[in-house]
Amino acid sequence: MNASAIETAFRAQRRTKRLTALGGGALLLLCMLVSAWVAEAWPSSFIAGAPRVGEYLGKLIPDLRPAVLFAGTKTQGSLAYWMYRLDIWLWLLFETSQMAALATLLGASAALVLCFPAAANVAPNRATYVVFRRVLELFRCVPDIVYALILVWTFGVGPLAGILAIALHTTGALGKLFAEAAENADMRPWEGLRAVGANWVECVRFAMFPQVLPNFLSYVLLRFEINVRGATVIGFVGAGGIGQELYSVISFNYYQEIGAIVVLIVLAVSLIDLVSERLRTRAIGGEHRE
Amino acid sequence: MSDLAELRARFPAAFGLTTGQKLLRLLGAAAFVAWLAVLCVWFEITPARLGRGIGGLFVILRQMIPPSSGTQWQDILQGLAESVAMAFFGTVVAACFAFPLGFLGSRNVVMNWLAHFTIRRVFDGFRGVDQLIWALAFVRAVGLGPLAGVMAITAAEVFVLAKQFAEAIENADSRQPEAIVATGGTRLAVIRFGLLPQVLPVLLAQTLYAFESNTRSAAILGVVGAGGIGLQIAERIKVRYWSEVSFIIILILVTVALIDFLSARVRRRLIG
Repeated sequence: MNASAIETAFRAQRRTKRLTALGGGALLLLCMLVSAWVAEAWPSSFIAGAPRVGEYLGKLIPDLRPAVLFAGTKTQGSLAYWMYRLDIWLWLLFETSQMAALATLLGASAALVLCFPAAANVAPNRATYVVFRRVLELFRCVPDIVYALILVWTFGVGPLAGILAIALHTTGALGKLFAEAAENADMRPWEGLRAVGANWVECVRFAMFPQVLPNFLSYVLLRFEINVRGATVIGFVGAGGIGQELYSVISFNYYQEIGAIVVLIVLAVSLIDLVSERLRTRAIGGEHRE
Repeated sequence: MSDLAELRARFPAAFGLTTGQKLLRLLGAAAFVAWLAVLCVWFEITPARLGRGIGGLFVILRQMIPPSSGTQWQDILQGLAESVAMAFFGTVVAACFAFPLGFLGSRNVVMNWLAHFTIRRVFDGFRGVDQLIWALAFVRAVGLGPLAGVMAITAAEVFVLAKQFAEAIENADSRQPEAIVATGGTRLAVIRFGLLPQVLPVLLAQTLYAFESNTRSAAILGVVGAGGIGLQIAERIKVRYWSEVSFIIILILVTVALIDFLSARVRRRLIG
């Protein structure tokens, strides 16, 4: 093969590659146009909307003056003036985190019961496996805010509806992850217990559970982080937590308060993520110690 | 027997928990029960309320069967199309913004430690703001409708994708960029010929995953007025048309499954 043949082959390959890229690009452009048309997202409406968005976001920036930053609540431009309802907001954030914690606990408990029959290697027969998998899917597929909308009807406005809504979605999401973790477990302890005459429950408890526990704990903590985020907005539909307060300040256009609450939420979520990440590494690390 | 007592004294851990450990476990359990009790009182979780709620839930579930489309099935289909379009458009725009941000946030492109740390923390901060918060804010800024939803999806997804892109770029093999540097390539050439060919399939796959997850979340943005099927579902829940609610939920499930299937096929072609 001489140099010109290589050159020709290279050109041919480059041409097909470019043509594929061009075709893909054209297809993407077509999809973009159709979706822009359906979603009413024209460049003109973006251009018309951009200054209003800029203006809105600009108003959220707190009015802080360096000279009086640490003055009391009465001085305009101080941190204390900006965060004048800090005690209430912190309490609401604490409530939100407790809602998320309880919802995660409830969901994880339900998932723990449902996950073993939904694992292919653990389920007593194929029918059980299929049924429990579908049930978990059903729980998982409906977003927690839709659950909250419905539960607010039956349980009344307040944190209980939010907790149950998040717990229902968590059951499905964790149940699937749990079942998959169980499917990856070593089956030899199970066979050993079977051989000495243990029944199904005993096998799950003593052969499966100890193996998957570190994984489960790590998944639960990860889900807790997600649920904290979910709990901050579940109040939008009246299901408790900081979301209710955020919803009202956004509706009333209290710009300074919106900024303050969003900053507090971001800080709280980051803090919880940090702690939970530490715990997660420890939960997984425990596996190697034993 | 005396041997056993001696062994028990020498290796207490081998004979189950010591008294101190048992006490500690008991205390832990007590604290847990106390925490649950406090939460039950605080959130007014009483058996009576739970019973009433679950009773009401069964009434609703009974009315949900059989699902029916109602008379306004055109509105429902339009809402569904709107949700998918919002998710698609928002994700693509977000990916376009996240592309340069991802390079900015990766350690092997921006070498300065302080700059890298700051950029990453900015991504983290914005990622803490939920999509629904963005949606609510954009509805106030540009009015009701799918445009606010598109903006919310874009705003929330940019920082998620930027972080994922940055991590993918950091995981790229460093030998190819080094080869470009060795042959005298500029910074831009290093990115274009050293990094981009390696990471592009990964970035595309991540964008497709984002599209799938955004299809799910676009279905609920309408609850706060940002367009899509969420508006239809929230309205029907308000007037208690439960059979139509279940119809819409099933429709959303089918759509999401369909999008996942298509997206998985496209992803296999792009990566494989």
